[in-house]
Amino acid sequence: MSVDNGMSRRAMLVKLGLLLNAIFGVLLAVPIVRYLLSPVIRERKFGYDSWLSLGGLEQFPAGQTRLAAYKNPVVNAWDGETGDVACWVRNVDGQKFQVFAINCAHLGCPVRWFAQSNLFMCPCHGGAYYQDGARASGPPERGLFEYHYRIEDGKLLIRAGEMPTPGQPVANKAGEKTTCA
Amino acid sequence: MRLIQKVGDWFDLRLQLGSPIRETVQHPVPRETASWLYVFGSAALTCFVLQIVTGILLALIYVPSAGEAWNSLQILNHGISLGWFIRALHSWGSNFMVAIVLIHMVQVFLFGAYKFPRELTWIAGVFLLLVTLGMAFTGQVLRFDQDAYWGLGIGASIASRVPVIGPWAVKLMLGGPIIAGTTLSRFFALHVFVIPGLLIAFVGVHLLMVLKLGINEWPMPGRIVRRDTYLEEYRDLTHKQGVPFVPNAVWKDILFSGFILLSIALCALYFGPFGPSGQPDPTIIQTAPRPDFFFLWLYALLSFLPPSAETPILLIGPAIGIIVLLVLPFVAGEGEKSWKRRPIAVLTILLIAVALGTLTRLAEHTPWSPVMDAWSSQPIPSKFLQGRTALERRGALVFQAKQCHNCHSLDDRGGQRGPALDGVALHLTEDQLVHQVIQGGGNMPAYGKNLSPSETTALVAFLKTLHPASQTPARDASRAAALGASEVSPRP
Repeated sequence: MSVDNGMSRRAMLVKLGLLLNAIFGVLLAVPIVRYLLSPVIRERKFGYDSWLSLGGLEQFPAGQTRLAAYKNPVVNAWDGETGDVACWVRNVDGQKFQVFAINCAHLGCPVRWFAQSNLFMCPCHGGAYYQDGARASGPPERGLFEYHYRIEDGKLLIRAGEMPTPGQPVANKAGEKTTCA
Repeated sequence: MRLIQKVGDWFDLRLQLGSPIRETVQHPVPRETASWLYVFGSAALTCFVLQIVTGILLALIYVPSAGEAWNSLQILNHGISLGWFIRALHSWGSNFMVAIVLIHMVQVFLFGAYKFPRELTWIAGVFLLLVTLGMAFTGQVLRFDQDAYWGLGIGASIASRVPVIGPWAVKLMLGGPIIAGTTLSRFFALHVFVIPGLLIAFVGVHLLMVLKLGINEWPMPGRIVRRDTYLEEYRDLTHKQGVPFVPNAVWKDILFSGFILLSIALCALYFGPFGPSGQPDPTIIQTAPRPDFFFLWLYALLSFLPPSAETPILLIGPAIGIIVLLVLPFVAGEGEKSWKRRPIAVLTILLIAVALGTLTRLAEHTPWSPVMDAWSSQPIPSKFLQGRTALERRGALVFQAKQCHNCHSLDDRGGQRGPALDGVALHLTEDQLVHQVIQGGGNMPAYGKNLSPSETTALVAFLKTLHPASQTPARDASRAAALGASEVSPRP
């Protein structure tokens, strides 16, 4: 056996070794990427939203807008109080409701309701909304995010489970119907 | 002494680090670089070491769990001996580190240090700036209070605006559908493992190149950098006229680093740690979240951008900024180094400094935000009420009760979201006031549905009194003509 052959055999073994490492590397990368993407995969498989009760209708007097809170449907034991989410419930006329996300449509800060002037105001960049959630002034490009709701056994239910953001507002989700009351 | 020598020799035979270390500390540097302006890089590194030490100390107590993080910070502040001081050192160390990294960057930019052959050193420096800011932001999240919680909401809202993959980006950032336990865990992993790892790697590369290529010489006006002659010229500067780094230059680095450590300790001692503010409970909405100092300019910018331009500027602006920084050494890799001959460079720095300074200053006052409690906590000054009719005083009441004061100031009290109304009657006639109140416009909500006719009448009557006594209020000349001379006061 010549020296050249020996060198090429070693070179081939090195290449083979590198190839094996590359194959196992790729095989490992698949579960790692899948693990990292699990929040997205979970959403595509099961979705995050479900119908949640905000409590009895008697808590929301006609013509008024009240703060309500619910436990997010997808929580971990160590989420603590961050699993609680607030929203604004407007009882329009005793029949019709509007449930607004707490998050400003601009950058997600918590909007506050001012019953005296019938406005929602945001403490961050000064966005303001009318009582029906429509944009009144300030940097937001749109009105408040609105949850779908329904009434069952005297309780107000909303479809929620995700933080609404300008890129994925609650009401604009594909495949969902408009409010059923 | 002989024993120490023997032990030293024993180790050096095995480690063989003695001669490279000697070579490094005694490497010649250009004489003028032993300067007080060349100390910021080492000071930034000192801050980073302090951050590592205090960070590890904090990790002994801190619990990266959404349910417990805030409580563990309270324990650090109040339950552990000097825990507050370690927290204060870490947060003040962070502020100092960002500040010094920025100063260092300005200095090397003005001294043309990014030019040939130090392009890659500059690029590593740009990445170091980014990871330092990344540390500052993720660190703010780990202080898991109301500001951190809603700050994450702002981050998610910005991420969601990325076309197509926005909603995915939000889930990946938050680790789930909402800001919760998984969110804090991944920011903990970023702050404690991923970004520090990158920081250490970039610092290593950055320092290695500073040693291999030599420190940037003191720029002299007229000494032009050319690729084919520079290395030779630099060799002359170091080997013929240079001085050894130790001790000629290093003592200034050591003294300045010590001064910075002392300053951080004094700030920590005097001002104490930052927060935590209120609990990260999303159902407590009586909060006005604010970012930490070095992100205040962004907070201000976000309130001034026109809505239509906001998303493109937010998404494209940072990318352009980073690309400009990365490309800089390639488009200006040669030529004049001295800031005295680079007016555009100096003006750019001044412009950026003034812009960031102004935005930061504004963000400390947030004139764009309504003062949420002005209507109930800041009374109308009595000078606006004395000698007024019952109707006008009733209007002042409407002004408070309908929260006009939250956005409009009187005598510098109240919100600054809308214009101050001290002299509004000089600019608007009665009809214009009614129109503005009822229909809104110019960024003011319409109050037509929220005010009864009598309330509107009273409010406008009050607003009509808001003008200096020496100046006559605005009036509608055509109205005078239409109603006839009997309805209005005669002209003098």
